[in-house]
Amino acid sequence: MAETTASKYCYYPGCSLEATAKEYNQSVHAAARLLDVELVELEDWNCCGASSGHCTDPELSLALPARNLALAEKEGHDLAVSCAACFLRFKQTNHDLRADDTLRQRIEQVIDAPYRAETEVRHVLDIFAREVGLEEIERRVKKPLKGLKLVAYYGCYLVRPPEVTQLDDPNNPMIMDNLLTAIGAEPLDWTHKVECCGGNLLLARTDIVVKLCNDICQAALDAGAVAIVAACPLCQANLELRQTIGVPTFYFSELLALALGAGAGEMKGWWKRHIQNPLPVLKAQDLI
Amino acid sequence: MTVRLVSQQGTESADPAFTREVLGSSVAHLERCYQCQACSSGCPVAFAFDYAPHQLLRMVQLGLKERVLDSTTYWLCASCETCATRCPNDIEIVQIMDTLRHIALREGHTQQTGLPLFHRTFLSGIKSNGKLHELTLILRYMLISRDIFKLNELPDNIKMGLNMFTRGKLAILPDKIKGMANVKRIFQQTEKKNG
Repeated sequence: MAETTASKYCYYPGCSLEATAKEYNQSVHAAARLLDVELVELEDWNCCGASSGHCTDPELSLALPARNLALAEKEGHDLAVSCAACFLRFKQTNHDLRADDTLRQRIEQVIDAPYRAETEVRHVLDIFAREVGLEEIERRVKKPLKGLKLVAYYGCYLVRPPEVTQLDDPNNPMIMDNLLTAIGAEPLDWTHKVECCGGNLLLARTDIVVKLCNDICQAALDAGAVAIVAACPLCQANLELRQTIGVPTFYFSELLALALGAGAGEMKGWWKRHIQNPLPVLKAQDLI
Repeated sequence: MTVRLVSQQGTESADPAFTREVLGSSVAHLERCYQCQACSSGCPVAFAFDYAPHQLLRMVQLGLKERVLDSTTYWLCASCETCATRCPNDIEIVQIMDTLRHIALREGHTQQTGLPLFHRTFLSGIKSNGKLHELTLILRYMLISRDIFKLNELPDNIKMGLNMFTRGKLAILPDKIKGMANVKRIFQQTEKKNG
């Protein structure tokens, strides 16, 4: 096996990964372990405030993420984030605090801790695809996901606003597609890569979310895919709960860990948590 | 200053101070909008709005405060950033939607959409635990909104709840972070600023 340097990150799972998206958390840890990436959970992290923060109060929407960023800065590591919504809140906070030192000082006062806005924030997808690297991943694949036709779904907050998230092209991102190719799957070109799932309208306007998610699922089927792949717990929950079509949505980390040789017993714990049963599409290609 | 706006529908009072507040509250560049409608064409939620995004922006420019704040548009906006990414004038439309929400909350325009209640319920959970407990959010929201009493939706809601529960997608008890004093301070400081 090629020699690699283990990299270490402070890890921020976010609230959803402790309940509705437990399988995302578990599979991110499995993939990290298999790729020698060390994720150390940030001690005593708090909620980033999500959409409700920025919809309600601009200062609150910066202070809640900043408390976590300050904790990571003290640890001296970059912050690895799994949830796309949390990821944007952290990136936005750094973006705003780096542009305005008076604001940065005010937020330090609100959180009662120093924060020099030096913590770099990385989505785990970015860490796996670019830090570990696609070549290295390809080398470590034990079970190529041959014949698995998928569509990579990026949604909003991985790629927008592009000047804040700085992850990929906002109109036609490829980072997840390329990762899926590296593990032997067949990512397809499709129309709804960066469409919105309805996000935080999930409780108050279920009707809107159902329409958007059904459109996305139908587009996946029209492209010839058997499943969708996501990198956000809110997108995945909306896509699996608020659709009437029956298309499963994987977390990219579940497929990555599967290809890297995660144990069948461990993976059982992920598949059973899906609302749309993902086993038939995996069995059809003899992948489990 | 009072400005009357005359149109085919009649006259309407305009409030230049409202336009100034939205213009001044961010670097959103509302003044640059020339109604090309790129925002509205790409908006995934526009079908559910009462005014399309470009219409709302024009109404803000004109100072039609009451009509803007009574609109469902800025509450239903999913903050997906498609509009802002496509705007040829780099107008930060989502920031403008946020500013409208902040003004609406301050002035009590929280009727209509359930979203103000959702945000309030969400943040009250963070304020008491430091983290979001999803089950509490769902149950509290459904009780306060009375959605839980919509009998035609009850079987589906029960089915979904059981489905989530049996698949281990619901943590039963909330978790509290240790640094609650810190979180309380964050809320106190930001609430104090808002009076």
